[in-house]
Amino acid sequence: MREELLTIKEKALAGMANANSMKTLEELRVAIFGKKGELTQILRGMGGLSAEERPIMGQVANEVREELEQALEARKNALHQAEMAQAMANEVIDVTLPGKAAKLGSRHPMTMIIEELCNIFMGMGYEIATGPDIETDYHNFQALNIPEHHSARDEQDTFYVEGGHVLRTQTSPVQIRKMEEGKLPIAIVAPGKVFRSDDIDATHSPVFHQMEGLVVDKGINMGHLKGALTVFARTLFGEDVKTRFRPHHFAFTEPSAEMDISCFGCGGDHAKMPTCRLCKGEGWIELLGCGMVHPNVLKNCGINPDEYSGFAFGMGLERIAMQRYNIDDMRLLFDNDIRFLKQF
Amino acid sequence: MNLPMSWLKDFVDIDVTLNEFADMMTMSGSKVEKIHHLGAEITNVVVGRIESVERHPDADKLVITRINIGNDEFRQIVTGATNIAQGDYIPVALHGANLADGLKIKKGKIRGVESEGMLCSVEELGHSRAEFPEAPEDGIYIFGEPQELGADARQVLGLLQDVVEFEITTNRPDCFSIIGLARETSATFNCELRITNYELEKPVTDRVAVEIRNDGLCGRYVAGVVENVKIAPSPQWMRARLMACGLRPVNNIVDITNYVMLEMGQPMHAFDIRAIGGNKIVVRNAEEGEKITTLDGMERVLDTDMLVIADEARAVGIAGIMGGEGSKIVDDTTTILFESANFNGVNIRQSSKKLGLRTDSSGRYEKGLDPNLSLACINRALELVKELGCGDVVEGLVDCYPNPRPKRELEFDPSKIADLLGIDVDGGKIAELLEPLGIKVNGNTAIIPTFRYDLEIWQDLAEEVARLYGYDNIPTIVAASSNVGGKTDRQRMEDKLVETMVSLGYSQMLTYAFESPKVFDKLLIPTDNVLRDVVKIKNPLGEDTSIMRTNPMNSILTALSTNYNRRNQNARLFELVKLYYPSLEGELPSEYEILVVGGYGNMDFYDIKGVVETLGSVFGLELAGQTNEFLPKPDAPWMHPGRSVAYRNLGHLGQIHPQVAENYEIGTPCYVAVIDFDLLRDQAEMVKAYRPLPRYPQIQRDLALVVKSDITHGMLSAEIRRAGGKILRDINLFDVYTGDKVAEGTKSMAYNLSFRADDRTLTDEEAAKATDKILKAVGDAFEAELRK
Repeated sequence: MREELLTIKEKALAGMANANSMKTLEELRVAIFGKKGELTQILRGMGGLSAEERPIMGQVANEVREELEQALEARKNALHQAEMAQAMANEVIDVTLPGKAAKLGSRHPMTMIIEELCNIFMGMGYEIATGPDIETDYHNFQALNIPEHHSARDEQDTFYVEGGHVLRTQTSPVQIRKMEEGKLPIAIVAPGKVFRSDDIDATHSPVFHQMEGLVVDKGINMGHLKGALTVFARTLFGEDVKTRFRPHHFAFTEPSAEMDISCFGCGGDHAKMPTCRLCKGEGWIELLGCGMVHPNVLKNCGINPDEYSGFAFGMGLERIAMQRYNIDDMRLLFDNDIRFLKQF
Repeated sequence: MNLPMSWLKDFVDIDVTLNEFADMMTMSGSKVEKIHHLGAEITNVVVGRIESVERHPDADKLVITRINIGNDEFRQIVTGATNIAQGDYIPVALHGANLADGLKIKKGKIRGVESEGMLCSVEELGHSRAEFPEAPEDGIYIFGEPQELGADARQVLGLLQDVVEFEITTNRPDCFSIIGLARETSATFNCELRITNYELEKPVTDRVAVEIRNDGLCGRYVAGVVENVKIAPSPQWMRARLMACGLRPVNNIVDITNYVMLEMGQPMHAFDIRAIGGNKIVVRNAEEGEKITTLDGMERVLDTDMLVIADEARAVGIAGIMGGEGSKIVDDTTTILFESANFNGVNIRQSSKKLGLRTDSSGRYEKGLDPNLSLACINRALELVKELGCGDVVEGLVDCYPNPRPKRELEFDPSKIADLLGIDVDGGKIAELLEPLGIKVNGNTAIIPTFRYDLEIWQDLAEEVARLYGYDNIPTIVAASSNVGGKTDRQRMEDKLVETMVSLGYSQMLTYAFESPKVFDKLLIPTDNVLRDVVKIKNPLGEDTSIMRTNPMNSILTALSTNYNRRNQNARLFELVKLYYPSLEGELPSEYEILVVGGYGNMDFYDIKGVVETLGSVFGLELAGQTNEFLPKPDAPWMHPGRSVAYRNLGHLGQIHPQVAENYEIGTPCYVAVIDFDLLRDQAEMVKAYRPLPRYPQIQRDLALVVKSDITHGMLSAEIRRAGGKILRDINLFDVYTGDKVAEGTKSMAYNLSFRADDRTLTDEEAAKATDKILKAVGDAFEAELRK
């Protein structure tokens, strides 16, 4: 019996080694371990052995079985690997063909810059406020301390519509609307479109964007204004950017200032400045107008200037966007050519 | 305002470089726009003396000169000039010189004779005889008196000037003058301001009379008379200063008025007294339609809001803007009347605007001048007349000043000022800062000089303090905010909308809110349609931008047209645009936000419909469960009637009417969708809630139904849904077939149906029963049959 077992083993091992497919291997498995398999038959015949022989032969038989099972499993794995390798070899594709990219659209660069600025100010605790495009004369001018016949009205070539209303020339009326709501303190920025009767060219458009900011609270002073706007400028243009505040004049702030940032082109380097096209030799670029809210403006909105003070600022956004995205002609922003828009 | 540094130094002594000066002035509130180095383009031109003039051997029209340029140096120069003689002092351009208009001088041979430079005319030095009236026509400039040989000719001619150009803000009319800027310089650099007090006593003359008939528009009128006037060019130093400020010299009298205007900020005028009948000046409103020919030779038609200077009979000038041709100073003028007056700034601005005539004078008046300047300025002018010796000043003036401007007194509370600025400075220091500006602090009061009427409240004083203290010296406070900040729900929904559209492949456009009234016809909008009721712009740039849009179609179609006509193969665009509708009298127009989407190229109706369906799902409109989402034939004449639908009450979508596409020159089908953002927002459900995953399996059945061609998916699916009952969870159309394999006039619609219950595993029998019911229902309703 022992010889029989060993013969089966040898034969089976040889068979496995020759089996070149899973199918042959499966046939072999059935021939050995199946109901009528050779090994199964032998094991069944164990009952006829003597009580002394049975454990000895049992052990031999188990060893043979285990060995064959392991060999079978190993061969199976090897064959499976080989088959997979073959399949993969057949599956080689041209990986240089283009991918199936989703066709994404794009946000308008003005939206992107507005979003970027809003995020900076939201991080500083500001809300985003909006107002109508068509404004009352009161909100656009009078409440901002620009009475009728004030020269500032001439500077802002205003579009008038019927009913004495105007297309807002600035985002500042949003300030007024926010203060009129009567909820204090206030910290807002208000991005939006403004309108002035300028003909369209590379640097002008009758429609452009501004962002207004307003903070009103008790004890606000010029130091707060400088602080907020310096943080803003550094966040937007990088830690190295320098700012300077210059006295200026606006009807709705007092004191008033303009904030310049060091030129991105020449960095205010006196050697490079004279030929710098960006700042035209000044070393500085005017970024925004700002100041402490004029007490008349607070009063117009029902806020007591002896109790509250605030600061406001406003800036044009096209120039920031054009600088950031290297756009040299403002008309591109309103042209809606898909080849331009797709670049963002 | 241009400030020649040499003129500034009449009033202050400063010892800083030009760049430092510009920086400091900018930071104290007088913004320097530019520094001009006048004369810098001219180089290597010196004063020379002609030692000899000889004939050129080979040219009749040329001479050979020997020029002494000092230090025992001589140059031989060949010239064609005929106005020169031995002993003349002339400007000589040496080898390597740069002259006006980029002309470069090099030595060379002229007709065989060595020439080492060029003798110059004023034109070659960049000027004209208007500025140098003593210069000959077509000839070399000859200095009137001996000069240092070899000296820089630019210096001698006063052409070399450093001029600082300032941007003056509208609140500072006083800085439109050399003295005003000198005062700022003195405050900025803390140096002494030297000004002469020209406010002499004012004896009265009876040579002329003045009557102000509208003292609201003319606050003061001072007149002085000069006799035995000898009209001639003004001296070179005066002309040089005027030129440095960008003014053309005219003659001594006119130059004096301009000189005083530049120096002190008060526009002046000189009349030939022969033109003033009865020697009486009347300041009055013009008559309607009154005509006057101004100095520039133009006839101007006036209206009653405009102020004129007149005699008893007729106008001789438009007040504050321009004098009349008939009263101007001419060569034979012998007696003149100087005017130094104060006019209402707003009125001057309006008149100047109406006349389309802006002058140096009106530009100053319109900012509002100090009436107390008038007297000092006329005295300064008369002083200059004496200095120039160009006439005899008649003793006495007429000064009509009905309502003198008083000095203003403001509350002075240093602690308020310090608090507003966020600085720690005491009252004494603040008063010290204000003093150079002419502001005197007296206890709790600050006394404001009348030339600073822009200072109205204590906050204005605070600005003066801040700018002299230095904005840069104010400590910066970065405060931690207690505000929460952030966006409103509406703003977040806008962001979501943009994000969704971008991920669907659409690019955001940016269009103008105004358009042409012609768009209604282009869009086939009937003449009585409410969309034609628009907000009109009263002063548009042109008709094409004269109305506020009531419909987003023109915006999207114009953008698509731009792309199509630039041969872009496809375009996908969107924008959240504003529409404007007129409101009741007095109220602001209503503004609505509308999403407009559009595209062409590689797309069809179902693409644009898919966009809307996606948006519906993003904004939680639960499309699938509804049956009346899309209704054919929207009320939109610009749409293709058979290929468009209304979407709920939110908008519409589909293909653009071919006629409209043609009107916009788009030669391919294009598709748009329009959704009212406010209504979408009302119906949106942005809060997501989890529903448990199904616990029991679903059963799927496929049904291919053959129906007549005109039966729509909408009709069939609604009936299937109704008949399927609540175990029918999903209907999915997966194929539509027309062709050989079905009868003509019919089509096959293949649906995949999913059945599921929440509380048990459905049996096949239940699903079969539901399917049978559906088949019967669609059979009864639409004669639908199961495809064999």
